[in-house]
Amino acid sequence: MTASLIHCRDLTRVYKMGENEVHALRGVSVDIRRGEYVAIMGPSGSGKSTFMNMIGALDRPTSGTLEIDGERLEAMKPDELAAFRGKRVGFVFQQFNLLPRTPALENAALPLVYSGISAAERKRRAETRLRQVGLGERMDHHPSQLSGGQQQRVAIARALVNDPAILLADEPTGALDSQTSEEILQIFGQLNRDGMTIILVTHEQEVAEHAKRQIVFRDGEIVEDRT
Amino acid sequence: MNIFAAIRVALTALRVNALRSALAMLGVIIGVSAVIVMVSVTEGASKAIEEQIASFGANLLIIRPGSSAFGGRRGGAGTATFMNDADVAAIGNEIDGITAVSGEMSGNTTFVAEGVNWSTRIQGVHSEYFETRDWFPSSGRSFYPEEVNSGARVILIGQTLARELFGASDPVGQIVRVGTTPMEIIGVMSAKGESSWGQDQDDVALAPITTVRDRILGYDLGVRDPVFTIYAEIDASANADLVTADIEDLMRIRRNIQPGADDDFSVNNLGEFIRARNETESQLGVLLAAAAGISLLVGGIGIMNIMLVSTTERTREIGLRLAVGAKRADIRNQFLIESVVLCFTGGLAGLLIGIGGAAYIESLDQFPIEIQPSVALIAIGASAFVGIFFGFYPAHRASRLDPIEALRFE
Repeated sequence: MTASLIHCRDLTRVYKMGENEVHALRGVSVDIRRGEYVAIMGPSGSGKSTFMNMIGALDRPTSGTLEIDGERLEAMKPDELAAFRGKRVGFVFQQFNLLPRTPALENAALPLVYSGISAAERKRRAETRLRQVGLGERMDHHPSQLSGGQQQRVAIARALVNDPAILLADEPTGALDSQTSEEILQIFGQLNRDGMTIILVTHEQEVAEHAKRQIVFRDGEIVEDRT
Repeated sequence: MNIFAAIRVALTALRVNALRSALAMLGVIIGVSAVIVMVSVTEGASKAIEEQIASFGANLLIIRPGSSAFGGRRGGAGTATFMNDADVAAIGNEIDGITAVSGEMSGNTTFVAEGVNWSTRIQGVHSEYFETRDWFPSSGRSFYPEEVNSGARVILIGQTLARELFGASDPVGQIVRVGTTPMEIIGVMSAKGESSWGQDQDDVALAPITTVRDRILGYDLGVRDPVFTIYAEIDASANADLVTADIEDLMRIRRNIQPGADDDFSVNNLGEFIRARNETESQLGVLLAAAAGISLLVGGIGIMNIMLVSTTERTREIGLRLAVGAKRADIRNQFLIESVVLCFTGGLAGLLIGIGGAAYIESLDQFPIEIQPSVALIAIGASAFVGIFFGFYPAHRASRLDPIEALRFE
């Protein structure tokens, strides 16, 4: 089993800012296997966010090839990318991005709305995932009635509800205190031990220590890849 | 995502912002309710006019001597002669497209019955008069052609006269003295109410024209069997202008008017009056449609404004939805449905308020109202259309957002 879940070769991404061209990625080649726990590190402007957007199917490379879970992403149209995201990728954001004044259960079930799952099945799957992150008792709470850590757990349940191939977490502990951060990282650790591929973007070394592999970006290139 | 799920998402979003949703609807609510009140009141008014015209007889030609010949009156005084029974018969026999024709002459006289007296107008008419005016007895019967020929002493009285002379008791079969002539009451006419110029149309009596001429009024008008006015009812399927022209030709011959000379009579067609009314109505309709269009336009701009604010404010939500698999069409439909639901709900509320307002105006009396189901349907349909039309741009804009930028939006 050496087949890569994520396989990219010579990825570049060029933004046009008026007259100037900004090279956010300058030829990135990397393979990530199923079940890996990878931390992406680097200062701001290093290209780590661009890389994450790329493997999250939120953005397309300017050149290079990108294959995730057996599908080529570089030529996909926006709606194809959306369908891919809906099925294969689970996102966890720094700011949680929960819908306000909406119960945790509905928040967790949101991705299923766009993949044509019946209401009863949506509820069942969202409940399972909320219990998995320890929120079985708070499914009808609104985000404003939950602590930051609890909100991030709802967001993790939402990311898992579609049984994604990759869990992408962008600074998931950036808005949390250290104790809560530890709890969230433990959830990630457990998910990884259960087989989930996790890619975590962070600039904090101690957060990155939780991952088994660390990829460091600088100036649009990978400068370090250690396990 | 199917349409029901999309509607649910839209309804949830609107409920979350209930106050803003209500305010956004306000323009549509006011527009639709104003339109419904206005349309109901004008429909009611035009229906009232219609009823008044119908009370006069809608397909009626009125033929009178003299009145249109003032300008070119030639010959000695008195030569603009009255028409007579022979003219009535000629119109009835020789003109196609006439269903009923009657002469009429009238004057005031005194009615006495059971020691009570009352002065009012008596009309002498032919037996087809009732059809020409579309006015019939509510009890008893009208008179027969033979009774006109023989000058029978029979009479029909209006509701007001019946009440003044007989109070609550039944006048049919009673004898009333008209001037000096005792006459048998054979029927009471149905109530007509006030005419549009305020005359009590029920304060009247109708008798065979021969009887009235010979026994009651006794005018010497220099013409044998004179009539003041001829009423002719046009067949609904006939061309009124053609019938009018035929009557004019016939009357010119009968009255010996030389070619080129002016008529010394007039034929008036109530249909012209109705046509004029229809024209006024359609102009009013255009004005109303314009008012409706403007109020819905204003309401629609309000909706567009709110939807733009809403999509901007919810940029991160849009980014999130895109990130978790929403397609562009899903986002567009969500906001489109929100705007349609807003407008539709507003339209529905406006409809109810409009009907309530119209009912209130009716309760103030004087204003008859008429609520047509079609108006309600149009109001609702139009508000849904406004929702789609003015909701499309904000929804389209939202659907084109880049998920990365939308997620980063502060």
